[in-house]
Amino acid sequence: MEVISDNLGLFLRGMRTTASLTVLSYAAAVVIGAVVASFRVSPVPPLRAVGAFYVSAVRNTPLAVLMVLFFSGFPDAGIIVQSRYVSAIIVLAVYTGAFVAETLRAGVNAVALGQAEASRAIGLTFPQTLVLIVLPQAVRTVVGPLGSIFIALIKNSALAALIGLTELAGATEQLISTTAEPIPIFLATAVAYMMLSIPSSYAVARLERRLAIKR
Amino acid sequence: MTAPVLGEIMGPRARRRVLVLSIAAGAALAGFIVLALLRLDANDQLDADRWRPFTNRAVQDFFLDGAKNTVRAAVTAMVIALAAGGLIGLARLSRSLPPRLLAAVYVQFFRGLPLYVLILFCGFGLPRLDVRFGTFWFLVMALSIYNSAVLAEIFRAGILSLDRGQSEAAYAIGLGYWPTMAYVVVPQAVRRMVPALVSQLVTLLKDTSLGGLIFYDELLRRARINAEFTQRTLPSLVVVAVIYIIMNAALSRLASWLEARQSRRYGASRIEVDGVEDLAVQSAMSAAGKKR
Repeated sequence: MEVISDNLGLFLRGMRTTASLTVLSYAAAVVIGAVVASFRVSPVPPLRAVGAFYVSAVRNTPLAVLMVLFFSGFPDAGIIVQSRYVSAIIVLAVYTGAFVAETLRAGVNAVALGQAEASRAIGLTFPQTLVLIVLPQAVRTVVGPLGSIFIALIKNSALAALIGLTELAGATEQLISTTAEPIPIFLATAVAYMMLSIPSSYAVARLERRLAIKR
Repeated sequence: MTAPVLGEIMGPRARRRVLVLSIAAGAALAGFIVLALLRLDANDQLDADRWRPFTNRAVQDFFLDGAKNTVRAAVTAMVIALAAGGLIGLARLSRSLPPRLLAAVYVQFFRGLPLYVLILFCGFGLPRLDVRFGTFWFLVMALSIYNSAVLAEIFRAGILSLDRGQSEAAYAIGLGYWPTMAYVVVPQAVRRMVPALVSQLVTLLKDTSLGGLIFYDELLRRARINAEFTQRTLPSLVVVAVIYIIMNAALSRLASWLEARQSRRYGASRIEVDGVEDLAVQSAMSAAGKKR
């Protein structure tokens, strides 16, 4: 058990990095997702096509491939982001954004058509209809799935270790390869991730109870 | 799919506005593509020479074998996880406490853990405890453990989504617990689970790309080897991404189609499992399907 107490600092720093990585990339992913979802439901064909291409390309590529592609492949084309932390946030946000977009689009589909028709009838333009009338209702139908994506992101942020960032999984990787006690390390990591994910699922459940509209 | 989601038939002014916006968006898109191409060209990424290795039969086979290894690990893990997940899902719904508790702990523990960590533990941790397998089985082990936890939740949600009248009716005509499960509940639940299962297969196929961590010879690892060997990082990774997109787009589309057919025929299945991004999209679509 000394492995854990000796390396408590490493674990705590890792947890902090994982938490900030998750929150920042989720915030960015929500912005990307909202923009792409509005592209996908807009009446403008080129925007719809761009949205559809982005979603199906990113959704069907493994996050690991995107990480390595961005960090080792893009420099070939002169696109270099020095910071591993920023790189990880960009990749996680781009990946998660596709799922947020698909979820929001499904939410938009669930909003009764009468809402859009009524807002047109009182003279709102399409962007106004979308932002003021439809999206707020759409979000409320898919609070659960959006929260589920957040919890998935906590776990997915582990892939930042692939590009050498020492967050929680990276710290675990270091310890597993340098010490001979994999079981306590594994259990400690599991506990650390649970300390992040269980409060999040609790918060999501609360939000869902308060906001969700059952359809 | 032809009409925009929120649209009624547009009037002449709206049509004109859409036309203008389409041209503007099209121009912006074209501009972006040109810029990207110029950028690639400025760094010599468009030279035929950069891509020539991929016309070589040996290189193609190297990638294809990698893809085969990926599919082999994913399918093996899926089969094992299906069997284990079914049992664990049943245990979670058991009437006696010990199996219910045990299954709940198992699911909670492994579902909340990043697969990355589980793969490291299986591949690097277990050998230190003198557990010896090939890398294939270590990877399959990690994938099956994680996915059996997720599939158990899918299975449980599928059974719970069934109207209680089904099992009540079965009990009323004198069937016991197991016959009710086997003849009435499970067959209907499985049918509802199919879209979620296909979507989980997409996740699993993507997750297999972590096998390279423990030196399993899957697609991404081979691409990285090829990248180093031929000094062509960007092209190698682009090729892998394209292979993955082709494999998964087909499966994703199948899942969406099944979901749509499902909600048309039997009502929405609404299978929610926390913490898997592909399943989250699936359940959101299911929620929308219920409405329309």
